[in-house]
Amino acid sequence: MTTHKLTPSQTVGPFYWGTLVSTCHAQLAPNGVAGERIEVAVQLHDADGAVIPDGVVEVWQANSHGRYNHPDDRRNLPLDAGFEGYGRASADTNGIARFSTIRPGRVPAANGGGQQAPHLVLSIFARGVLNRLATRLYFDGDPALGDDPVLKLVPADRRATLIAKKTPDGTWLLPVHIGGPKETVFFDV
Amino acid sequence: MGEGANRANLPPMKEETYRRAAAGQHPANLSPEYKSTVARSPRQAPIVVPHSLSEITGPTMADERLGASEADLTKQRMGEPLGERITVQGRVLDEDGRPVPGAMVEIWQCNAAGRYHHVGDQHDAPLDPNFFGGGRVRTDGEGRYRFVTIKPGAYPWKNHHNAWRPAHIHFSLFGPSFATRLITQMYFPGDPLLALDPIYNSVPAGARERLQSSFEIGLTEPEWALGYRFDIVLRGRNATPME
Repeated sequence: MTTHKLTPSQTVGPFYWGTLVSTCHAQLAPNGVAGERIEVAVQLHDADGAVIPDGVVEVWQANSHGRYNHPDDRRNLPLDAGFEGYGRASADTNGIARFSTIRPGRVPAANGGGQQAPHLVLSIFARGVLNRLATRLYFDGDPALGDDPVLKLVPADRRATLIAKKTPDGTWLLPVHIGGPKETVFFDV
Repeated sequence: MGEGANRANLPPMKEETYRRAAAGQHPANLSPEYKSTVARSPRQAPIVVPHSLSEITGPTMADERLGASEADLTKQRMGEPLGERITVQGRVLDEDGRPVPGAMVEIWQCNAAGRYHHVGDQHDAPLDPNFFGGGRVRTDGEGRYRFVTIKPGAYPWKNHHNAWRPAHIHFSLFGPSFATRLITQMYFPGDPLLALDPIYNSVPAGARERLQSSFEIGLTEPEWALGYRFDIVLRGRNATPME
């Protein structure tokens, strides 16, 4: 039984820049961190398709060995010095939040259900968004996508909303739609 | 790597998970009185994911060093900011009342005149060169945190005619996992603007009151600063695996 009631969520509002968010959390992987270096861009859209220039995107991910830098990941896999796996960036005037990181390794699914495909978990905050919106970013073409247990929970016609595609300049771009006909799949985590 | 090799690395089966929020604890994503929610709210139900390592781990920012000035927002510039000096303190707890130690707590707020140190804030009120408005602390072993700051002012916004935000301080917490991430706002007791504010009132009655800090004479320091308490409760762990 719970004895204490949850503190309710509120919007991040429009005025977080400089205090909550600065550029220092957009570079996740200093030189020397193992793994394939990637650029990730998350573009926020509202229900009408307009870009959201005043949103915050956070990412959390495992390292290239599939290990989370956290005390509850007790597996005997390497940790990389200087790589926490956390990033936070504000959207720019085009609604895009950018991160430089490494492609994560696979991590186990819940309850011994095999392995998940490489992914980042995302939190999205913005003016007008009253609760943290949780979603995921997977990588187009990854051979593990077909047996990812979380993607299997998503109706087939909506899975594409979670899969970033490589743009001509090599950036992995994930459009996120907060409402509207292309609404992104959000998760109750 | 084959499946067999990976199985040896699986975490213990008694993996702890976090409780899901019961109805009525958080605001509805679509809260039309707060107009920005209309075009910025998902309409499809979120998909429930069983908790894997991706959800039960999260950033701890353990490597980040925090300076003393990050807990005292009145000491971040050359001089003292204008306004009513206050302390805001409390504990970060889980739903079982257990303290959450070592948790990063971040705040940001406008100055005493109701103006943010932010290029997008065009409210016709003075900036205070001695007030930046951002702070961070880590909770101690008992989950306690404490900030020194000034009481933020109310300010107008464009939501509806003659709309004013009640005085508030933004709070950001990670807790122990991705699942426990929370951004919220702390308000001040007895503020007449609370009843008129669509953001505060987006939270169901019975829960929204938990966003009000309490004034405590016991936390008030003579000749120096009024004391406010704001305890924050994050999701608790399931006693037994749920999924």
